[in-house]
Amino acid sequence: MSQILAPGTSAPAFTLHSAPEQTLSLGDFRGKPVILAFYPADWSPVCGDQMALYNQVRPEFQKHGAELLGVSVDGVWCHQAFAKQSHLHFPLLADFEPKGAVARTFGAYQESAGVCERALFVIDGNGVIFWSFCSPMAVNPGADGILDALERLPK
Amino acid sequence: MTMLSVPVRESDHIYGDASARVTLVEYGDYECEYCGLAYPIIRQVQDHFGKRLRFVFRNFPLTEIHPLAEGAAEIAEFAGAHGKFWEMHDQLYANQSELGMPLYLAIAESLDLPEQGLRAALADERFAPKIKDDFLGGVRSGVNGTPAFYINQRRHDASYDYEVLCSAIDTQLGAER
Repeated sequence: MSQILAPGTSAPAFTLHSAPEQTLSLGDFRGKPVILAFYPADWSPVCGDQMALYNQVRPEFQKHGAELLGVSVDGVWCHQAFAKQSHLHFPLLADFEPKGAVARTFGAYQESAGVCERALFVIDGNGVIFWSFCSPMAVNPGADGILDALERLPK
Repeated sequence: MTMLSVPVRESDHIYGDASARVTLVEYGDYECEYCGLAYPIIRQVQDHFGKRLRFVFRNFPLTEIHPLAEGAAEIAEFAGAHGKFWEMHDQLYANQSELGMPLYLAIAESLDLPEQGLRAALADERFAPKIKDDFLGGVRSGVNGTPAFYINQRRHDASYDYEVLCSAIDTQLGAER
């Protein structure tokens, strides 16, 4: 497993495509917490899909004013089809070209598999990592760690 | 180790005796096909362990991908309010491919549940708060998909094949001897 960035570290700035004609930057969300969820791939074949779960839990994240961003190495068109099929209501970012470049800056890229780790980051309103967690590739980490972190964030 | 954050309580749907040495909690969704596959396995596990096991079912409907899951959960809760939760639960899983009002009404009739009451409960979303409460408790307990199982409070991360579940429960029975 990769060594992901630890709490207290400034989150590396990035700009990625969230749609064919649209980009998002981490800096756009200054002033509010951001949940950055790196995951290996769209189209996970089970109901236990991590993004589907976060989509359902999103109202709880929003109670803390937090924005949720999913990141994988899939391209924008793939993300778009996946988001549509799963009715996702949050952006999926394409860390596609150069492949995995943003994941690498967070220590969340798995070279051998060529995909993002299942790595979670809660970034505070000042852009500093408040909590991070890397789950084994095959284990969906759930949402409890994110909610615990959001509750502990200084108001 | 991921643990159940909401202990089993009176408002839960509990099959079996409080004195059972092992408690198996499932977070499930009536429209989830994997929950449908797990259903007969759980029945088999219950038969195998008899009084040594109690089974608790909590709702975890992923409504964005399963549009029928919430309605089905509300129907099960409605039946539960009339003391017939497990009868409805069984029928919903046995007829999972036909979820919808015609099925609910047919089962309700066979269980002697009042049709008007059922329609009113659905229209008022009377059981939605309880289902949401189950869901949020599940999230805090680290439910990461459905079905999710907890054996004596611990999340069971291995498969839910019959043999694997039985062996995990046997381990608990051994541990408590």
